[in-house]
Amino acid sequence: MKFAVIVFPGSNCDLDMYHAVKDELGVDAEYVWHDETSLEGFDGVLLPGGFSYGDYLRTGAIARFSPIMESVIKAANEGKPVLGVCNGFQILLEAGLLPGAMRRNKDLKFICRPVQLVVENGGTMFTKEYEKGQEITIPVAHGEGNYYCDEVTLETLKANNQILFSYKDDINGSVNSIAGITNEAGNVLGMMPHPERAVDSLLGSNDGLTLFKSILSHWRERNAITS
Amino acid sequence: MQLLHEPSPQMIKDEKIYAEMGLSDSEFKMVENILGRLPNYTEIGLFSVMWSEHCSYKNSKVVLKKFPTNGEKVLQGPGEGAGIIDIGDEQAVVFKIESHNHPSAIEPYQGAATGVGGIIRDVFSMGARPVALLNSLRFGELKNPRVKYLFEEVVAGIAGYGNCIGIPTVGGEVQFDPCYEGNPLVNAMCVGLIDHKDIQKGQAKGVGNSVIYVGASTGRDGIHGATFASEELSEASEAKRPAVQVGDPFMEKLLLEACLEAIKNDALVGIQDMGAAGLTSSSAEMASKAGSGIEMDLDKVPQREKGMTAYEMMLSESQERMLLVVQKGREQEMIEVFERWGLEAVIVGRVTDDKKLRLLHKGEVVADVPVDALAEDAPVYHKPSAEPAYFRQFQKEAAFQPEVTNVSETLKELLAQPTVASKEWVYDQYDYMVRTNTVVAPGSDAAVLRIRGTEKALAMTTDCNSRYIYLDPEVGGQIAIAEAARNLVCSGAKPLGVTDCLNYGSPEKPEIFWQLEKSTDGLSEACRVLDTPVIGGNVSLYNETNGVAVYPTPVIGMVGLVEHVDHITKQQFQNDGDLIYVIGEAANDFGGSELQKLQQGSISGKAPALDLQVEKARQDQVLAAIQAGTVASAHDLAEGGFLVALAESTFGTEFGAKVKLNGENVVKESFAETPSRYIITVSKEKKDQFEAIVPEAVQIGEVTTNATLTVLDKAGNIVLNEEVKQLEDTWRGAISCLLK
Repeated sequence: MKFAVIVFPGSNCDLDMYHAVKDELGVDAEYVWHDETSLEGFDGVLLPGGFSYGDYLRTGAIARFSPIMESVIKAANEGKPVLGVCNGFQILLEAGLLPGAMRRNKDLKFICRPVQLVVENGGTMFTKEYEKGQEITIPVAHGEGNYYCDEVTLETLKANNQILFSYKDDINGSVNSIAGITNEAGNVLGMMPHPERAVDSLLGSNDGLTLFKSILSHWRERNAITS
Repeated sequence: MQLLHEPSPQMIKDEKIYAEMGLSDSEFKMVENILGRLPNYTEIGLFSVMWSEHCSYKNSKVVLKKFPTNGEKVLQGPGEGAGIIDIGDEQAVVFKIESHNHPSAIEPYQGAATGVGGIIRDVFSMGARPVALLNSLRFGELKNPRVKYLFEEVVAGIAGYGNCIGIPTVGGEVQFDPCYEGNPLVNAMCVGLIDHKDIQKGQAKGVGNSVIYVGASTGRDGIHGATFASEELSEASEAKRPAVQVGDPFMEKLLLEACLEAIKNDALVGIQDMGAAGLTSSSAEMASKAGSGIEMDLDKVPQREKGMTAYEMMLSESQERMLLVVQKGREQEMIEVFERWGLEAVIVGRVTDDKKLRLLHKGEVVADVPVDALAEDAPVYHKPSAEPAYFRQFQKEAAFQPEVTNVSETLKELLAQPTVASKEWVYDQYDYMVRTNTVVAPGSDAAVLRIRGTEKALAMTTDCNSRYIYLDPEVGGQIAIAEAARNLVCSGAKPLGVTDCLNYGSPEKPEIFWQLEKSTDGLSEACRVLDTPVIGGNVSLYNETNGVAVYPTPVIGMVGLVEHVDHITKQQFQNDGDLIYVIGEAANDFGGSELQKLQQGSISGKAPALDLQVEKARQDQVLAAIQAGTVASAHDLAEGGFLVALAESTFGTEFGAKVKLNGENVVKESFAETPSRYIITVSKEKKDQFEAIVPEAVQIGEVTTNATLTVLDKAGNIVLNEEVKQLEDTWRGAISCLLK
């Protein structure tokens, strides 16, 4: 399996994402610069955190117009796993690949700390190695992680089991304490917490590695069937 | 045209316009002699910034000379963007600390943010990848609304810049004392990693080589920032808000990545940050260090605004700019690197052999001055020094004896003092994990980062208890170095070296200069004994508001090497049943203590005594014990004394402790701030091995699982029996409570 780690000007978790899949998960990965136009040959797409374009205008608002985004949308439509973390989640929202929007944290301050998440749906390509209801520790680091959607959207998210992770305690004001959601097809995940920061117990937690393992094992199963 | 707006050379002299720029009559005379004519407006501007204290260290040079700056591992001492120390395997650590006090007092968000931006550029201008940021902050008491505003905005500014650029802010300290009310201290430190082969120098070598300007365009912000930083704050300072720069961390992220790419290309000859005094200092210093000259055409300088004069361009402190010297004929290779990152890179001049800085603007020579005169020949002053009356008084005073009727209440009061309390409110806002190397996060004695691809790690800290330095600058200076080193040792690291940020009042006052002299004596002596050379730093004088100086505050940034990640040690207790040891006996040290401030409202008397030989011996033993794998947790005793340190060791764990005090006097044992002391825990199996390495350690109790802190006096009576949660809630909530 081979991942693309998309690098926008201002991405700063690209290296963490790269190391997580390359060194800890042990699969192939390559950085892809924002002005490239093809994601041929990649089996999964990772949009890292950071401050793409300085978060000017609105988080993710400029990055969604990067040339590479057309290929990201294409990969999503082809059913390839697409994971956006933090700023990557914000970009997926702006690109319309996921529903809803981000507001500033409820106390208007940046928050950086390990938090407890609850796995709301354990059966997906991103969570199959977790148990539903499992509590995991993954760090957050964001100023605008206060997820918002209207009631109709929320009901749809719930009905389709699109909510994969929620915060155990409300840390930023997100609707329903939502920490991570997928698209309806289930192959595009956006989440504010950073699984790539929780892949090595030396740094406190490796609960995030399970997410990457889930993507890999899903890919292997699917590939075994199709080939 | 510009001459219509600018005073003529004769007017500058007659109307003493140079005085408004911070130059004295005798300094103006010196400039006149150097040039052999009267300087024009642009030229006198160049001299005024380059000869400001901030750039020339004219008042502090005499004391800076005392610092030991050599060592077998020192690859770069003071004089470049940042110092460099070898850490083996062809790698080195690069670090420096710098102040941004005056801008932060006026415009706290941007002042703090650009302080962070500036120190990052100092590190990557050496060719290093910045890996960590630390901040040392001082404010007045959090009761004052203006102080609350300064505190909140400074923290937000640091967070805003550091988080965006994606360099983790992993440590530092925050202290509160009334003397900082109008003049907060904002010192930012950056630590970087470099391969030996990539080390750069800020030198303009090679006649005919091109001078290239990269990064943000030049605007009218920050003009005379360096001069502003070299005078006292007053009511009128508010009017100098335009001297505060505005930061753009996104631009700096691009500049950082582009510069680190550029250094891999051997067409790059020299590189320097445009920091204080911007284009002037970078060009003059690069030429001076190389023994060359530089000619620049200011029409080519990217400008943010129309109609900028030569004076404005040369004195602007617009952020996120660098000056490069590139081999002639290979400019395009370099320009392409920057263009890929969407940055401007423009050839603005060339290296010459006449040792002059010559500036052209609109076809005319607007300045022609010797580079050495700007960069090297600033006057050096040895200001008069006088022992202050307060010091003589304090030395005579009877030692302060605190009255404590309820140990538990006193402990809680100490834990709620903002200087002692948890700084979670602060570091929660800093991304301290980005780039995933942070093994020990903020909240322990020192931050520790692993070095990817090796088994090693770096420990780093900033420290300075300015109360002791105020009471006794020499001893206080020694204590500052000793404490920084002790914090690193507790984390499992061998201290490597020091960067210092000397924050003082006005050197024009003999009492202040005396503080500077005595404290640097103490710092130097401690650096020699503890084998931690000073590899760079910064001086910030004139930290006064309306004539009142801050405490002398030489903030010590120190970095240490952890040989193996297995040695990384935290202050928090680790296992039920581990034995608790204390190293060092308490003496009657309450002068300058947190308890004295709490009870008396101010500090007085003598600073605690420190024996540097004892300090060194204990550090060596504790590090040996950690490296031998006998230590479960280690914490140094600092503000608040033994009980505060003991309580802190339980916070964030599920454990409690039961200990018996070692001496008769409960108050002394509990709260005295005697230096060179540690709380260490050791598993029962390692008891003999540990005691053999640290014979001085005294076992005083055990770690327990009942999450209660129980302290007995020597006779076995309970003096404290408190649930850890109660104490921890007080400690954790104190700062946010004060901000409400």
